[in-house]
Amino acid sequence: MDRAIKLQLSTSEMNYFPDEVIEHIFDFIPSHRDRNSISLVSKSWHKIERYSRHQVFIGNCYAISPERLIRRFPCLRSLTLKGKPHFADFNLVPHEWGGFLHPWIDALSKARVGLEELRLKRMVVSDESLELLSRSFVGFKSLVLVSCDGFTTDGLASIAANCRHLRELDLQENEIDDHRGQWLNCFPDSSTTLVSLNFACLKGETNLSALERLVARSPNLKSLKVNRAVPLDALTRLMSCAPQLVDLGVGCYENEAEPESFEKLMAAIKKCTLLRSLSGFSEVAPVCLTAFYPICENLTSLNLSYAAEIQGNHLIEFVQFCKRLQLLWILDSIGDKGLEIVASSCKELQELRVFPSDPHDEEDNNTAVTEIGLVAISAGCPKLHSILYFCKQMTNAALITVAKNCPNFIRFRLCILEPNKPDHITSQSLDEGFGAIVQACKGLRRLSVSGLLTDKVFLYIGMYAEQLEMLSIAFAGDTDKGMLYVLNGCKKLRKLEIRDSPFGNAALLADVGKYETMRSLWMSSCEVTLGGCKRLARNAPWLNVEIINENENGRMERNEEDEREKVDRLYLYRTVVGTRKDAPPCVTIL
Amino acid sequence: MDEFVNLKATELRLGLPGTNNVCEERVSCNSNNNKRALQADAENETETSPPRKTQIVGWPPVRSYRKNNVQTKKNESDGESQGIYVKVSMDGAPYLRKIDLSCYKGYSDLLKALELMFEFSVGEYSERDGYKGSDFVPTYEDKDGDWMLIGDVPWEMFECNCKRLRIMKGSEAKCLGSGV
Repeated sequence: MDRAIKLQLSTSEMNYFPDEVIEHIFDFIPSHRDRNSISLVSKSWHKIERYSRHQVFIGNCYAISPERLIRRFPCLRSLTLKGKPHFADFNLVPHEWGGFLHPWIDALSKARVGLEELRLKRMVVSDESLELLSRSFVGFKSLVLVSCDGFTTDGLASIAANCRHLRELDLQENEIDDHRGQWLNCFPDSSTTLVSLNFACLKGETNLSALERLVARSPNLKSLKVNRAVPLDALTRLMSCAPQLVDLGVGCYENEAEPESFEKLMAAIKKCTLLRSLSGFSEVAPVCLTAFYPICENLTSLNLSYAAEIQGNHLIEFVQFCKRLQLLWILDSIGDKGLEIVASSCKELQELRVFPSDPHDEEDNNTAVTEIGLVAISAGCPKLHSILYFCKQMTNAALITVAKNCPNFIRFRLCILEPNKPDHITSQSLDEGFGAIVQACKGLRRLSVSGLLTDKVFLYIGMYAEQLEMLSIAFAGDTDKGMLYVLNGCKKLRKLEIRDSPFGNAALLADVGKYETMRSLWMSSCEVTLGGCKRLARNAPWLNVEIINENENGRMERNEEDEREKVDRLYLYRTVVGTRKDAPPCVTIL
Repeated sequence: MDEFVNLKATELRLGLPGTNNVCEERVSCNSNNNKRALQADAENETETSPPRKTQIVGWPPVRSYRKNNVQTKKNESDGESQGIYVKVSMDGAPYLRKIDLSCYKGYSDLLKALELMFEFSVGEYSERDGYKGSDFVPTYEDKDGDWMLIGDVPWEMFECNCKRLRIMKGSEAKCLGSGV
């Protein structure tokens, strides 16, 4: 909380100030949680806070209804909404499960809310919603869609055509039906306000001249991420008319760039002295990465995690000169050697993600990363606080070393590709390794565990992970005790997602009140039964307890007596608006 | 369900014949779902089962978008290549089609598919005379931008060099087909 609030004023004294002054003080408090706390202090503060609240974050779109949102925060300008549960990313949630944007746009539009920003994650967005959005909010500035689906480039055309003050259109990893229309042409000639444009996930062809004209008339453009259909010479032209770019996403290059076009590209890149962030490279010959050498020392963010065609040694050659790198997303083809070089070169590194280039181990290659790379990074990068690491093997010793080297982890996600894999040297479980992580990293907020794990690791997590907010468990644990250790121990837990672990009704039902303090719980392929879920739903009417069936065609056709039937997928979440009405047939809400 | 049973039957393990996989009792959540792969039990360390490559739903936890968009470059020697989609136009047809060249084993495979798709038939191919006996001649545009007769070069070379196909018809075709 801002120091202004910490002045020794009681609320009654503060109320001698006019509301505008109090409101002004509240402006210094952007954090959602602090704003929520302020609103609980007194009725008058609640009221002032309500009307001055411009940004709202809704982590689960079914926890509240659009109407109630608008009633409480009528001056809303910026809304963040999240829909499907996290495991939807891995095909564990049926496509039609829910998370529809339309009711929100509809309600906001009818209430004439002055919406300016909308950020969505895992929501189903339709062209109709985008059209309605584009027509309803005159001052609309920013649309960010992450992992959404349900719309086409026609919807983008509406946004382009109608949002006169659009600053940001950021499409990250969405499934968009590309009608190869002329959506880029729909930006009117008078549109000059763009600051950020990301359409990397579009699969179709791009109207290059429309894009070039748009970029040329957008002097404020700082971030541009193009899709595969933008070839090298077009990229050169784009960069030439936007040397002010800070963030660039590159499309597709020809396999052999002619020397002349390569020279031109390098010349354009040299002029982009403000460039700090680079991504894309999905179909790129290694030589083209070298065009960026002139500015690589300036880079703070590098995402080469889609650059499957760039071999490890080319990656290493490039990355070792990126001395200012804070964020690095890369494929495991970089290898342990490559990570050792990163560790010695990138001393400012804060976030590292190493993705599997061969997720299903089809090629049986030995160049993937191991515990050696992880240890090297932990030893070399003192500022590291977030890691996502896919690897084939791990040891307790390595994890203990990592914990000692890096006590500052906020996010630690380790995914050993083979489920239940033990320490590959001692053949023991990895309980001690993860135990060391949670014990050392007092600020740990997010944790994903993998490998062979018994109940003991959860005992450690419950004991030490005091700040833990999100925990992901797969193929781990022995008995209900494991889950209970976590539920009882982690006071700040908000999201718990579990798959293929032997936790059942006893754990699920032990402390029903706990779920009121959490956003959601996911359990799939565990031991909970229909009877257990029904009992939970009865005892906790403020929860939506959803059973997602394997048989997607009909509602649960099991008879009422079959309460011992195991539930395939359970998703429960707190809500103030009761059962949702838009659930598909494969979802039963108890 | 049957699929699951057969998998079990053909599973290679270094164990005494007739011994059950103990892990099925320990991790019972796997027992009644044919989607999940069997897992090596840590207690049976003395048996070294070969790594099983059956795929578990949603594992490893990589976003489907990422899985679909990171195309690993496979060795040429593997013989496997990514989908090679090329446009196919036919003189007189109202719209174009697209096919994946990697789905075909060779020229006869490809030509048969084209004949079906556009309902025509191509003549008989000979190295000297091209295609004889039909109004239609299959051609392709190569990387240099030249229009070539399909069938002259080895299949693999064709796959690498082909940018798109065109089924020529009529007099234009006759010129190309008979004298090149």
